[in-house]
Amino acid sequence: MGLLDLQKCTVRFGGLTAVSELNLSLEPNDLMGLIGPNGAGKTTVFNIITGVYQPSDGQITFEGKRLAGLRPNVVTSRGIARTFQNIRLFPTLSVFDNVRAAFNLRLRHGALHAVTRTRSFYREEGEVDRQVRELLDIFHLGKCCEVGCTGLSYGDQRRLEIVRALATRPKLLLLDEPAAGMNPREKDDLMKLIQFVKEKFQIAVLLVEHDMKVVMGICQRIAVLDYGIKIAEGTPAEIRKNPKVIEAYLGEEPVLL
Amino acid sequence: MKYRHAKKFALLAAIILAAVASYFSSAINSYYLQVLIFIGINVILAVSLNLINGYTGQFSLGHAGFMAIGAYVAAWLSTEHGAGLLKAFGGTNPFAIGALFILVLLGGGLAAAVAGLIVGVPSLRLKGDYLAIVTLGFGEIIRVVIQNTDAVGGPRGYSGIAGYTTLFWTWAIAALTIYLVVSLIDSTYGRGFLTVRDDEIAAEACGINTTRYKVIAFVVGAFFAGVAGGLYAHSTTYINPSGFDFQKSIEIVIMVILGGMGSTAGVAAAAVLLTVLLEYLRFVSGYEWLPELVRRIAQNRMIIYSLVLIALMLLRPQGLFGALPRRRSTRISKPAVDPLA
Ligand SMILES: Nc1ncnc2c1ncn2[C@@H]1O[C@H](COP(=O)(O)OP(=O)(O)OP(=O)(O)O)[C@@H](O)[C@H]1O
Ligand SMILES: [Mg+2]
Repeated sequence: MGLLDLQKCTVRFGGLTAVSELNLSLEPNDLMGLIGPNGAGKTTVFNIITGVYQPSDGQITFEGKRLAGLRPNVVTSRGIARTFQNIRLFPTLSVFDNVRAAFNLRLRHGALHAVTRTRSFYREEGEVDRQVRELLDIFHLGKCCEVGCTGLSYGDQRRLEIVRALATRPKLLLLDEPAAGMNPREKDDLMKLIQFVKEKFQIAVLLVEHDMKVVMGICQRIAVLDYGIKIAEGTPAEIRKNPKVIEAYLGEEPVLL
Repeated sequence: MKYRHAKKFALLAAIILAAVASYFSSAINSYYLQVLIFIGINVILAVSLNLINGYTGQFSLGHAGFMAIGAYVAAWLSTEHGAGLLKAFGGTNPFAIGALFILVLLGGGLAAAVAGLIVGVPSLRLKGDYLAIVTLGFGEIIRVVIQNTDAVGGPRGYSGIAGYTTLFWTWAIAALTIYLVVSLIDSTYGRGFLTVRDDEIAAEACGINTTRYKVIAFVVGAFFAGVAGGLYAHSTTYINPSGFDFQKSIEIVIMVILGGMGSTAGVAAAAVLLTVLLEYLRFVSGYEWLPELVRRIAQNRMIIYSLVLIALMLLRPQGLFGALPRRRSTRISKPAVDPLA
């Protein structure tokens, strides 16, 4: 039994089948790539794993437990965190507060403690404070704690979103096109960052990415979607040679090598 | 942390100040005293609405409805059961009256909080304009129900309410409301309200239960509106349903917008300013030497509100005291067709 298992998952939007009978399995500490042309259904796969949508058919299990019907925040508390294709930070919050917000699900103190300001409330706040700073420091964002998150560069915003996801202490991290909009140097840094995150936090990563250099460079296995159907799965070398994959990408992404 | 107790000290100081001011209130002209009490009530209303509209980003237009529930329930409690309760508390000494008044205000606040729960639930499914319309409808329903309830005077209004409200109670409760909202928001837990406002989908992805935050905002906001209603009823000693119409709701919304959504200090200051302005306009409409048109405008609150809002949108869209970046323009995203991508 793997960490995450999708069994025959299908998603229909009206007449459109965005994902069709998808089987996908991840082991703990896997780094798996999910690729496919535009509109192939990659983001939709993320959305059914995280409970944003429910699959029309099929089932998803995480650590052996079914995820059906769970709200996204509950899925997150089970240990699945994600980033978004279009960065979704909290625009009016500081860098620090963006990460702090993700500690919400493990708080022992609620509204009553916040207004009575007990000793143990301050102890927990101090603890959260320390952990947020520690996380931000690891990713070299410690200097910009008090900066509004919209003041960060595009690459830093992407990084902050990953830090925020990690703050929920996931066992599985879903990254949706983290390299989009990055320059080649930032992409290299990102590849190192993803591998670092996987090792340091001992988590599994499922990576959706259009940039083949990034995907081929760091993933152990890759699954390929085309029109919602999984047409191939294997190591980067196998995927590169696969005729179906080459056909699906023909004229779109000429360099698979 | 050295200043750990700063908020509590500020609250204590404010309550003492309220007590001192109240002690000298017999020296204040009764009209000014009334205005000072209205200021306190409006601060409670605006600060509590700011929790819903400003911090949590839900557009509620029903605050006068919650206020009405609090006013009528509190008035009914003190009129119908006040004498009995006073006897139980040991007569008509100030402490017994104080205890009775707290009880009555709590009753009004709790009744309003229950209504807040009922309105909060649709807010889980509705957003923006739709939610505004539902809450507006709710406020009007409350008013119509009261108008048709003979036990509390129906359209004639409810009179003979004891005049328990003092400057002390109003300002102390206003200070308490500010303290509670500020200390709530200034915590890791409280930051959850802001994430709901900023991006619900991202908030859920961070493990934040947005449903719970919205309901809490409505319940707490409604509770304090109810308490403000109770203070109002025991200050004017006469209430009638038309005093809680949607104009009142809009007045409170304007205080929130004027102060800068999501800034408690700003919203409280705006409540003070607007209350004073509206009172001043009463005089303006009486000045014979002013042109007829100006006096007419000064009489019509809705025109004043519109003018204030238009001026604000043109000159300071973030509110008089707000420092919030405007959300729409700072939105970080590539253009996307799929809202959930
Ligand atoms: N909420 C929705 N309602 C209707 N159709 C949708 C919805 N979400 C996605 N789709 C459709 O499902 C298909 C797959 O979309 P999805 O966003 O999963 O693709 P993707 O592989 O992430 O593409 P991209 O590389 O462009 O991000 C597309 O045709 C899209 O238009
Ligand atoms: Mg996508």
